[in-house]
Amino acid sequence: MTLLEAPVTSLAQHRVRVRGVVQGVGFRPWIWRLAHEHGLRGWVRNDAEGVEILLQGEHAAIAAFALRLEHEAPPLARIDTLHWASQAPQAGLHDFAILASAHHGTARTLISHDSAVCPDCLAEIFDPNARRWRYAFSNCTHCGPRYTITRGIPYDRARTSMAAFPMCAACAAEYADPGDRRFHAEPIACPICGPRLGWLDAHGHAQDGTDALQAAVAALRAGAIVAIKGLGGFHLACDARNADAVQRLRQRKQREMKPFALMLANLHSIEPLALLDADERARLQSPERPIALLRKRGRVDALLPGVCDGMARLGVMLPYTPLHYLLFHEYAGRPAGSTWLDAFDSPALVMTSANPCGEPLVADNAEAVRRLGGIADALLVHDRAIVVRCDDSVLQHAGGQMQFVRRARGYVPRAIRLQADGPVVLAVGAHLKNTLCITRGDEAFISQHIGTLDNAATRAMFDEVAQHLLGLLQVQPVVLAHDLHPDFHSTRYAQTLAARLDVPCIAVQHHHAHIAAVAADHRHSGPLLGLALDGVGLGTDGGAWGGELLRIDGAHCERIDHLRALALPGGDRAAREPWRMAAAALAAMGHGDTIARRFAGQPQALAVQRWLTSGAAIPGSSSLGRWFDAAAGLLGICAVMDFEAEAAMRLEALALRHGPAQPWHDGFRITRDGLDLLPALQHLHSATDTAEAAARFHATLAAALVAWSLQAAQAHDLGVIALGGGCLLNTVLATMLRAQLAAHGLLVLEAQQVPPNDGGLSLGQAWVARQHPASIH
Amino acid sequence: LSHGGGGRAMVQLVRELFARHLGNTWLEQGNDGTVLPPISGRLVLTTDSHVVAPLFFPGGDIGSLAVHGTVNDLAVMGARPLWLTAGFILEEGFPLGDLDRIAASMARACAAAGVLLVAGDTKVVEHGKGDGVFITTTGVGEAHPHCTLSGSAARPGDVVLLSGTLGDHGMAIMSQRENLGFDTPIESDSAALHGLTAQLMACAGADIRLMRDPTRGGLAATMNEIADQSGVGVLLDEAAIPLRPEVAAACELLGLDPLNVANEGKLVLVCAEQAATALLATMRAHPLGRAAARIGGITTDANHFVQMRTQLGGCRMVDWLSGEQLPRIC
Ligand SMILES: [Fe+3]
Ligand SMILES: [Mg+2]
Ligand SMILES: [Zn+2]
Ligand SMILES: [Zn+2]
Repeated sequence: MTLLEAPVTSLAQHRVRVRGVVQGVGFRPWIWRLAHEHGLRGWVRNDAEGVEILLQGEHAAIAAFALRLEHEAPPLARIDTLHWASQAPQAGLHDFAILASAHHGTARTLISHDSAVCPDCLAEIFDPNARRWRYAFSNCTHCGPRYTITRGIPYDRARTSMAAFPMCAACAAEYADPGDRRFHAEPIACPICGPRLGWLDAHGHAQDGTDALQAAVAALRAGAIVAIKGLGGFHLACDARNADAVQRLRQRKQREMKPFALMLANLHSIEPLALLDADERARLQSPERPIALLRKRGRVDALLPGVCDGMARLGVMLPYTPLHYLLFHEYAGRPAGSTWLDAFDSPALVMTSANPCGEPLVADNAEAVRRLGGIADALLVHDRAIVVRCDDSVLQHAGGQMQFVRRARGYVPRAIRLQADGPVVLAVGAHLKNTLCITRGDEAFISQHIGTLDNAATRAMFDEVAQHLLGLLQVQPVVLAHDLHPDFHSTRYAQTLAARLDVPCIAVQHHHAHIAAVAADHRHSGPLLGLALDGVGLGTDGGAWGGELLRIDGAHCERIDHLRALALPGGDRAAREPWRMAAAALAAMGHGDTIARRFAGQPQALAVQRWLTSGAAIPGSSSLGRWFDAAAGLLGICAVMDFEAEAAMRLEALALRHGPAQPWHDGFRITRDGLDLLPALQHLHSATDTAEAAARFHATLAAALVAWSLQAAQAHDLGVIALGGGCLLNTVLATMLRAQLAAHGLLVLEAQQVPPNDGGLSLGQAWVARQHPASIH
Repeated sequence: LSHGGGGRAMVQLVRELFARHLGNTWLEQGNDGTVLPPISGRLVLTTDSHVVAPLFFPGGDIGSLAVHGTVNDLAVMGARPLWLTAGFILEEGFPLGDLDRIAASMARACAAAGVLLVAGDTKVVEHGKGDGVFITTTGVGEAHPHCTLSGSAARPGDVVLLSGTLGDHGMAIMSQRENLGFDTPIESDSAALHGLTAQLMACAGADIRLMRDPTRGGLAATMNEIADQSGVGVLLDEAAIPLRPEVAAACELLGLDPLNVANEGKLVLVCAEQAATALLATMRAHPLGRAAARIGGITTDANHFVQMRTQLGGCRMVDWLSGEQLPRIC
């Protein structure tokens, strides 16, 4: 990493090997400029391992170059390792050149993630005199599409979907000019040679001669639903302030309640809708441009009816492609220059992923017409193919901590550094919110969010993503890891592939994997206490786990204790119908005879009452998610869920609205059957003020979990606790747990680089598999 | 095997009991094996072990189930069932009254199906080493002269027919086991299908690719087997699948997918498109096929996926399960 001893002669030659995110990010031209500035000779080139540099010149100049190399990398670049080798100076080196890519070596390089349009490119598209005025596909080495357009490595235009667009002379000149911002910008394009926008009616007929941007804005203004082709897939857009349009979108998308995310042109326009802290501002404006779930202001439900009613948070993002900016530019009346952007009072556009019926994002134009034609009134498309589908990333801040809710565009395929080297593992995740993870050396690569593996299209995408990532990383797995559940598609995929490759296949218990993901995230080694707060995952005893205290040490996992199990009257059905969990709680309290009366609106209420009071042995679950459902069901705030975790989210929103509250001191019991929360539910049972009850339930839950965890930490002599599982996305709970556990002297670890929910599971599976005896030779 | 005096006494009682209900000239030969007359066609042989709890359920019991199960395995092979053998594993102390009911039920099922029980065996195991009674039946049938039915014969474009409502047997068992006490009790569909299959073979035997009885694992398991064996995909249509309202309600209550629930008197048939209408009409004309329906088709699919178009307009996977339906929602 650092430099050399004192030189014998003043002339020196070095070969420098650079690894990390160094291709397609303007790295070589930057090296070229540095070399020129320091009067150095030699060359720079890309190869499968990254970038290789040959430098020859005065020792002092090389030293100065080295310092800048370490500290001034271009915005999208990330240097992981630098290796310097001194060699004999040679004659005949008169210049510094950029050489063609070399195709040898073991692949170590990374494809960069997609990045929002940079200020320079933005200035050009708002400049009437620039040749890219209003051009929707502007990009440079500092910005633009990468992962979503790349078929393979090394990263060259020929291996991207830009291969279909031969460069014009002007673009070719920029591409070849080391002094240009677009030097070797593989997706370089302009209105002459690059992709173009198209405006299609719902039947897919091209409306030639219309200005697509103008038509799109006119349609949105008129309350139409427009499908817009983005970076990693299509969005469905409409005017969020137009309640009719929002309602129509809900009907056509069969998405009755699930909140919609918004796109606005600038922070200033977000402020009346949501609270923004400095972290959130920075995240929203970062080149990754995620959707941030912001704390909603009170008037939002009135201002934007139907967008996210009853939720505590509002999902918002800023524009990230030139196309998005140009839509707002059109709204603003095509002003010249960039100054309008911050002051503009932006329309709020609903921008929801176009993934009908829970299938993956629609990415192809023909498919968009076929599958979105019934939802959208028109389509704003273009002719640059999306090679890799990638959803918007979603994150939230709570108590000063950032959490991923969904990790995808902008963050994938960035590596997560592990604490040690290990074999190549392919971990396949679980069933819902599936991601997969491939480890190579001391790095873990987690795929973009793939979705729920209950339909053929998502399974096809799963296979596609696995093949694509293995191809980009140039590895073959030597170990496979999967969930313990025998009937997940991911499990069967792993078992089939392991048999074909003749490699070990390791089943990892769901909550072991949740905690392991946090340990991997923090490069933690050694034993720790795991508090898994989750929905249901299959336990090693065949039971439905989900509120667990685990002692975890690498591949070893011991179940210390669990939440008291609540009957699950109707398996997955009970997980979608909180009233059933409330019924189970009522039966457990001895009020089983009140179920039918209390849930008279439910056709199955009497049958459930009979079943729960018949003495039949109904399998139970220790899942905290189901306890949340029971609480929401008892408070009558959500009888049947329309989307996953809706009940818990509504409960959390009520608690947030109420503000801090005291726990019920008799709200829990630590018993031989585990941590019993029934006393807290007994309070809810008779509550009159639902917001206060929700707040006190959260406070009691936190107090209970803290007391329970501390007891276990003491008994097992553990000073580190990792929190994992989907319930950690409840910010009220997570904030209290974090603070109270830390106040008692425990080191608290939480998921930071991956979501705490099943989206991070594959990382945990890989981490466990790498430490499993079967994979250590 | 029990060597206690009680065990020996039980064996004697059991022998008398079986002779009373199931006795016929073949069984009475009393030799180590039964000599059967020659038949003209090819033989089809099948064997199946039957385990069920509870042993008695609305619409049947383990005795009738053991006869129907094996008769149906012959029937879906396009064969005419001729003879059965039965092996009993009894737990010591099993109530003779129950055994009497089971034997009587087997005898009735055999008579109704026109098959003869030609050999049998009984073993008694120690108390706690069995679960009441297990019955293994073996069936011999005569193949249809031109029968080419095979699980690997389904082709893209073919049609899938189902002879009636799904899930009746499994839900009859479940509601009994869970003590659900529905207002309308659910009856098992346990029945012998060879009469129906014979008519279908006569109607359009050459156009029938294959027949199956979707027992354990339900329609989902059966269709996945067919997809794998034939190297094809299957697309089912949820709206077309017949379901009894009480079965639908019970499935909803228990959170079960009727496609994974067992049937004991239903037939799945895959045929060429041109014969579908005639075969469906033949099914519907038969008492066991009155609710028959065309429930889907065979597709080209390298992944051999079985999918179902749902009533909401989506498309979901229909997976086979390795055991009980375990919760999946995290
Ligand atoms: Fe989980
Ligand atoms: Mg069978
Ligand atoms: Zn740029
Ligand atoms: Zn050009």
